[in-house]
Amino acid sequence: MAGFMEHVLANELGRLIVGLIVVLIFSQLNALFLVWLERKVAGHIQLRIGPKEVGPFGLLQTIVDGLKLVGKELITPKRADRILFIIAPVLVFVPVLVPFIVLPFSKSLPLNDMNVGLLVIFSFSTINVLAILIGGWGSNNKYALLGAIRSVAQNIAYEIPLLLSVLSVVLMTRTLQMSKIVEAQTSYWFFLVQPIAALTYFICATAETNRAPFDIPEAESELVAGFHTEFSGMRFGLFFLAEYTNVFVVCAVATTLFLGGWTGPFGHSFGIPGIIWFLAKTYLLVFVIMWFRWTFPRLRFDQLISFSWKVLIPLALANLIITAGVIKLI
Amino acid sequence: MNGGVLSQGLLPQLAFIVVVGITFCGAIIAVFHRNILYNVLGLALALCGVAGLYVFLGSLFIGLMQLLIYVGAICIAMVFAIMLSRPVHLPKPKRKVSKMATSIFAGLLILGVNVGVIYKTAWQPASERKLDWSVKTIGDFLLTRYVLVFEVISLVLLVAMLGAIIISRYNGRTS
Repeated sequence: MAGFMEHVLANELGRLIVGLIVVLIFSQLNALFLVWLERKVAGHIQLRIGPKEVGPFGLLQTIVDGLKLVGKELITPKRADRILFIIAPVLVFVPVLVPFIVLPFSKSLPLNDMNVGLLVIFSFSTINVLAILIGGWGSNNKYALLGAIRSVAQNIAYEIPLLLSVLSVVLMTRTLQMSKIVEAQTSYWFFLVQPIAALTYFICATAETNRAPFDIPEAESELVAGFHTEFSGMRFGLFFLAEYTNVFVVCAVATTLFLGGWTGPFGHSFGIPGIIWFLAKTYLLVFVIMWFRWTFPRLRFDQLISFSWKVLIPLALANLIITAGVIKLI
Repeated sequence: MNGGVLSQGLLPQLAFIVVVGITFCGAIIAVFHRNILYNVLGLALALCGVAGLYVFLGSLFIGLMQLLIYVGAICIAMVFAIMLSRPVHLPKPKRKVSKMATSIFAGLLILGVNVGVIYKTAWQPASERKLDWSVKTIGDFLLTRYVLVFEVISLVLLVAMLGAIIISRYNGRTS
């Protein structure tokens, strides 16, 4: 068996297939865990307990919920655009799996350590927006369409400062390769020298994943459920899975860029393996994003857009120019 | 990038045919479908296929940039503009012959120029090429030899942005 696995892993195609299977399983488990975590965090912040009946600490609750979703009927509205309505949930879920190919979980674990790794993540994350748009438009429902339009306006606005803040790290390390960005942080983590970029990135990442306080596209009190109002059963489940996988991905990228990836603080790993460091930091950031949701009220739409265009973009641009200047001087 | 899955036997040929097929299908949808949203999505599909072709040409960087800029930014901006314009479910106006003629003429002109350039260029086999067209070389060229072209392109974008602002600002007020 071990010999067979070695043979498969030596072949690049084999390595890719095994990797994709692992990624699929991991993303599902991760999403299930995050949904459980969200409900627990929400519960404790609101002085409740959260799910506790199914399994220890209610851990199996989301698995049961998932099974329920699989069993539900897939309803297609009569006036919906059939083709677009069916491909939207698929198109929303596939691109969020791609970043796992380049995420550096530990020194030897990125599936394919490309020299344009960072670019892979951001170029595929934009397809997500297109999928949300298709879903919202294809539903032929005013709430879904409004949610989709809001989502696009928000994503266009927040993508710019996000990329600008990432660029200042790229300028410092002079590489787009994820592993090299992590290696550059062995002595100190980049959020210490790039606090503005780190903060901008994190705010924009929260907005990009449509999480509160930026969850205007799916604001329940005004838009029912936004772009996924009409989706039922596992089609809705795919939107849900994509959202939580996306939260994990943006936090993993934040860990890689600003929190030193698999390295320990100031080069001391304290004997803990890199993958534990990476996952611990990532899940800490995920927890912070959940904490945001139950702490801040939702922004108004005009506040949301003007905050990006009038505050974040100038700030990120100034930070980028200063970074470039300082690098040139040193 | 170099080697790997894309350089072993039958698989790359199959993948190449798939990518070209995606590009063609997308282009056909983009031109012939009567629903304007499908047109844009077809265009997005075609541009994804072109990104795949760049990967086959050995530049993953350009392919990803294509995806990021054309699919991620331009197509989404187009869909956004469509959503803010005339409702799609209204009866579609008939295609005017004069409009079709001008668009066919423009398309043929661009095609002719492209074919002409392709025939005039002295193509070299990959093994005989002296320069490596890596990202570094492209970057160097953009800031030295082609710096003027680079600046003029940004000027064009600026003009387009100003035009968009003027159209959105003054169209509503006068009508």
